[in-house]
Amino acid sequence: MPVIEVDGREFEVEQGQNLLHACLSHKLDLPYFCWHPAMGSVGACRQCAVIQYQDENDERGRLVMACMTPVADGARLSIEADHAQEFRASVIEWLMENHPHDCPVCEEGGECHLQDMTVMTGHTSRRYRGGKRTFRNQYLGPFIGHEMNRCITCYRCVRFYQDYAGGDDLQAFGSRDRMFFGRAEDGVLENEFAGNLVEVCPTGVFTDKPFSRTYTRKWDLQSAPSICAGCAVGCNTLPGERYGVLKRVHNRYHPELNGYFLCDRGRFGSGYVNAEERLRRAGARAADGVFEEIAAETAAARLAEVLSGGAVIGIGSPRASLENNLALKRLVGDENFSTGVSAAQAELDELMLSIHRAGGARIASIADVEAADTVLVLGEDVLNTAPRVALALRQAVRNLSMDMATGAGIPTWQDAGVRGHAQHARNPLLIASPAPTRIDDIASATWTAAPECIAAAGFAIAHGLNAGFAAETGGAEFDAHFVEQALTALQGAEKPLIVSGSGCASREVLEAAANIAWALAGKGKGCALLLAGAEADSMGVTLLGGGISLEGALGRLAAGEARSVIVLENDLFRRAEADVVADALDKAEHAVVLDVLESPTAERASLALPAAAITESTGTLVNYEGRAQRFYQVFEPEDPVRPAWRWLADAAIAAGRNDLRWRHVDEVTRACSEVPGLAGIADVTPSADYRTTAGMRIPRMTHRASGRTAKDAHVNVHEPKPTVDEQTPFSYSMEGLNAGQPGGLVPYVWSPGWNSNQSVFKFQQEVAGPLGDGEAGVHLIEQDEPSDLSARFRQAPRQAPAGDGLRLLPLHRVFGSDELSAFSPPIEERGAGPEVLVHPDDAAELSIEAGKGARCERLGSFAVRLDAGIPRGCAGVVVGLKNAGWQLPAFGNLTPDPDFAPKPELIARG
Amino acid sequence: MHDLSTMPLTGRLLDADAAGKGVVDLEAYEASGGYQAARQAVTGMTPAEIRELVKDANLRGRGGAGFPTGVKWGFVPMDGAAAEGHKYLVCNADEMEPGTFKDRYLMEKDPHMLIEGMIIGAWAIEADKAYVFLRGEYHEPYRQLQDAIAQARSRGYLGEGIFGTGFNLELAVHRSGGRYICGEETALLNALEGKRAQPRTKPPFPPASGAWGRPTIVNNVETLCNVPAIVTNGADWFLELGRGEDAGTKVFGVSGRVNNPGLWELPMGTPIREIIDDHAGGMQKGYRLRGILPGGASTEFLVEEHFDLPMEYATIQAAGSRMGTGTMILMDDSICPVDMSRNLQHFFAQESCGFCTPCREGLPWVEQLLLDIEEGRGQPGDLEVLDRNADFIGAPGNTFCLHATGAIEPLMSALKYFRDDFEAHISTGRCPYREA
Repeated sequence: MPVIEVDGREFEVEQGQNLLHACLSHKLDLPYFCWHPAMGSVGACRQCAVIQYQDENDERGRLVMACMTPVADGARLSIEADHAQEFRASVIEWLMENHPHDCPVCEEGGECHLQDMTVMTGHTSRRYRGGKRTFRNQYLGPFIGHEMNRCITCYRCVRFYQDYAGGDDLQAFGSRDRMFFGRAEDGVLENEFAGNLVEVCPTGVFTDKPFSRTYTRKWDLQSAPSICAGCAVGCNTLPGERYGVLKRVHNRYHPELNGYFLCDRGRFGSGYVNAEERLRRAGARAADGVFEEIAAETAAARLAEVLSGGAVIGIGSPRASLENNLALKRLVGDENFSTGVSAAQAELDELMLSIHRAGGARIASIADVEAADTVLVLGEDVLNTAPRVALALRQAVRNLSMDMATGAGIPTWQDAGVRGHAQHARNPLLIASPAPTRIDDIASATWTAAPECIAAAGFAIAHGLNAGFAAETGGAEFDAHFVEQALTALQGAEKPLIVSGSGCASREVLEAAANIAWALAGKGKGCALLLAGAEADSMGVTLLGGGISLEGALGRLAAGEARSVIVLENDLFRRAEADVVADALDKAEHAVVLDVLESPTAERASLALPAAAITESTGTLVNYEGRAQRFYQVFEPEDPVRPAWRWLADAAIAAGRNDLRWRHVDEVTRACSEVPGLAGIADVTPSADYRTTAGMRIPRMTHRASGRTAKDAHVNVHEPKPTVDEQTPFSYSMEGLNAGQPGGLVPYVWSPGWNSNQSVFKFQQEVAGPLGDGEAGVHLIEQDEPSDLSARFRQAPRQAPAGDGLRLLPLHRVFGSDELSAFSPPIEERGAGPEVLVHPDDAAELSIEAGKGARCERLGSFAVRLDAGIPRGCAGVVVGLKNAGWQLPAFGNLTPDPDFAPKPELIARG
Repeated sequence: MHDLSTMPLTGRLLDADAAGKGVVDLEAYEASGGYQAARQAVTGMTPAEIRELVKDANLRGRGGAGFPTGVKWGFVPMDGAAAEGHKYLVCNADEMEPGTFKDRYLMEKDPHMLIEGMIIGAWAIEADKAYVFLRGEYHEPYRQLQDAIAQARSRGYLGEGIFGTGFNLELAVHRSGGRYICGEETALLNALEGKRAQPRTKPPFPPASGAWGRPTIVNNVETLCNVPAIVTNGADWFLELGRGEDAGTKVFGVSGRVNNPGLWELPMGTPIREIIDDHAGGMQKGYRLRGILPGGASTEFLVEEHFDLPMEYATIQAAGSRMGTGTMILMDDSICPVDMSRNLQHFFAQESCGFCTPCREGLPWVEQLLLDIEEGRGQPGDLEVLDRNADFIGAPGNTFCLHATGAIEPLMSALKYFRDDFEAHISTGRCPYREA
């Protein structure tokens, strides 16, 4: 490794890196703006200037921009030299000519990279006497606020939005000292990752709009490590709370999953925690059928009575923690427990698990996706089902440009040079999906078809790669040219990746994806396989297992074989046919619902118990990779809201049961680890008695927290005593030490002089490296070492199923299809209403028109969108929207609905 | 008739002028040996031979930087994988340097000379596509070039199978959106690609990876216009043309309060005073010459002590300035150096692309300070602030490209040579050049 000398100290640095990356990796304080660890260098801001000396006799040296200068063995540098310091202070002085100095009223204040760098350079008083330029700000939608006057023109926003995330409606306009970053006209930012602008912007130009509405300073936010429950990826998040309100969600760096970026569902989807629909009190249905609020003790006693009254059906949930599911399973017994997903979904979930267990193909992390050189996406619209994967695919197709740059002597971190040299050259990305996707723009080949056709093509690809795989394709038609392109691309691949999932609800598509991965693995190519699961804990409940299916559970209730049911964090109307669910719940003598939000299921409960949301509890989720990750209680919910496992355990104790005597969530986690397949989860993060090096807890509050406030002064002038947290290693105060702990236990990032999120590098082993020590989650799936191809799927896909009317295929939407996030006000505002996508020719035949309404007997009314990419005879129906219990795929007829009122276009400004 | 062996660039167009024709048309161009050099080069010389010839002739870029053209051409990969696919020759005709109008004159009056130079240049690097990146406001050159390109194509000088060989070349004129920064070769390439006109980082250098990521040579109009005659007359002839160490002729220009402002093709190394006195007719009555910007607005002032120097690259550089485009702007004793500096900084601040901080934010501050000083609001310490800004903005490498460096050159030299004027403004609180 090269050794460089910085201000007389020697450092080993990574070959090929730039000086800024090297200095930051050694935790040196060197100011910067435009460089970003995930986006490389462009040399725009000139802030990271250092002195480079020619040799040991050179005493003057010359200024170089650290981010644009490659490391060289023996290089002599100075950060502290007067000339370098003066120049860096000058850069700030220039930037301050137009910066409005509105820190006291700026949302970024206190976590502003510009503030930090200003202080770091030592610039204090400015001498510029001219006026400041001003701009008109834009309405950018419900997520992002815009305050252009604060802009310091670092270009990070457009580099992230356009270059990294593939958006094209945020641009750099104008020139000289009147650069404007925004849209051509007011309007919603279209990209699904726009929210990252909030963290990418080094100052307060792009701000978190929902956060701004109920603003609080960063230093007053209480936070803890959490996991996004918006999909199966399990991105790491840092939710921030104050006064019992969840204020915002920031990215929590994870080297193998989300890296530095979240999707907008993850960032803005947690608003349901504060939503009006929140179930905040226990309630029981009185004899007259009216729901009445009851005391928590009464509710617990009622639940204990239910438990004492014979066999109880327990219906778990793939959006609840493993701990909550396990508690319910223990309580009702294996034979009475369902994981809470439809039999059809459970079949897909189990299939994905068994495919991974069979081994042969590595389970792809997001980092693996970014490293792939050839990608085949089979049937899954990852942008909508596992959005962070789609963002990673945008990086994967750039690997070719990195190779081209290396060949041309351009460092791969030299972002503009790499892009300019490679132009539109991309790695192969082939997408076969039921409908066009929003990453088709970077695909080398796309093909839309019904799932069985996609599966048939997949089987043909696997056979083409290895004749040992099933040759017959069962008669479903496929695009031979697409298959040929896929074969060519995959045969030339060094790091192939197959992406699929349960999104199009097809067993055969998953089997085809597995076969292709195995066929590649059999050719000696390490193939990675990514199967996007449905929900945050789908893999967890699949590993946990249930003795009965959801349909079986409902059937037993309807048949009177069981008198009581406990439904855990699950709206069953989303899982099964509405009349079946309603019938089962009505027939049950006791229908207990523990949930976070009111739901049609909760409405039919005889006893409803308010459950803590993810941010209000501690537990474990297992993501699509089988990676178990721990989330921690960010704040204590208002009584009687409590974690579902706590309700269940207390009731069990009250009912005289001795096997659920749990006081700490760690005990529940340990109980989970007794389940075969879940053994590893006790090791995900240290237990509650973990203390940092100085024997201290880890503080949830920053040491700058305002502390004593008058918020309860009308009740009591004494400040309430902070709760002593027995459940976790964190404290509900500013006392403790936020340093030196394992990466999974970082509740916020802060370092002296680094108040913004940029301080994350101080927690990383090196820039963009692992966070602290310890595992970044525990992989629960043990993969076999395959000795032959015995795992391969031999059965060819069926022919297209026949039915009456159009084939209705499920389509997913980032904003709306996920149950909980749909209740977050900004997501609700951003999301589309019910929508059906139809091929123009089919629409003409059915006399339905774009923009108007269409009705489907069992499903309701939709806005019609025409899309020539939808296969003839099929229609794409957006699934999972609020309160919709649709089971797709199915057949149905679409007829014009003149009464349909589509969701109005957003015209609000503000 | 003018002698093309001593006035290869302007002999033809002066003849055309004398004949009352506004432009050297194809017939006149061919009649005086036009396109013979291109024919000779494409049919009789290898690309390597042309590159050698131009290198031997010591043709240096006439756009301002003076980089040896043949050396630049030599950076283009000619074999191996990097040479496969498109290569581009781009003529930088984005002539926006204040005080400079030489390229316009050449394109307007003798467009075929440029086209012929581009054919030879393209062949030298085996480029199959060539562009003239033309300043947007150059309407007449655009018309002339379009006509000339159509004529050249109709004669088979452009298109497929040029001169019956396997050499193909398409030539198109791209009209700039109109930014000074487009004259910076990498910003020009970005603009040509339809992107924001921001300069690029080097490496990659354009000869290795330029337009659309392909090997690209960017040459100034006058540079390319020199090429046909070099092919016709040889390197030694070109070397002999210069009066001093630089080769060839140069279109020099003078603007300011002289009796006869204009452009003249003169040998390299013609002394400044000779250009001003003999060709520009000397200063108008009542005006004394105080300083010149020898090569356009982005070059340092030269003053009395320098006026006997020959206009050649090394000499002017040693005097602390640059020959730049060779078209000088004169400052006489009626012009306030502070106001002239302010005017120049206004231009450069306005033309900053907005990419890097020192240029984008530093130049407007400099302009604001100069305005304050000029209008009597200068304060003690302002000159130190100006000096410091000039140091930090102007040092090559402190900014992303050389725009700000060029902007600061006239200011730094004004602060050096005319400091008394600046100080007088501040101490008296008014501009002494203005009526009281």
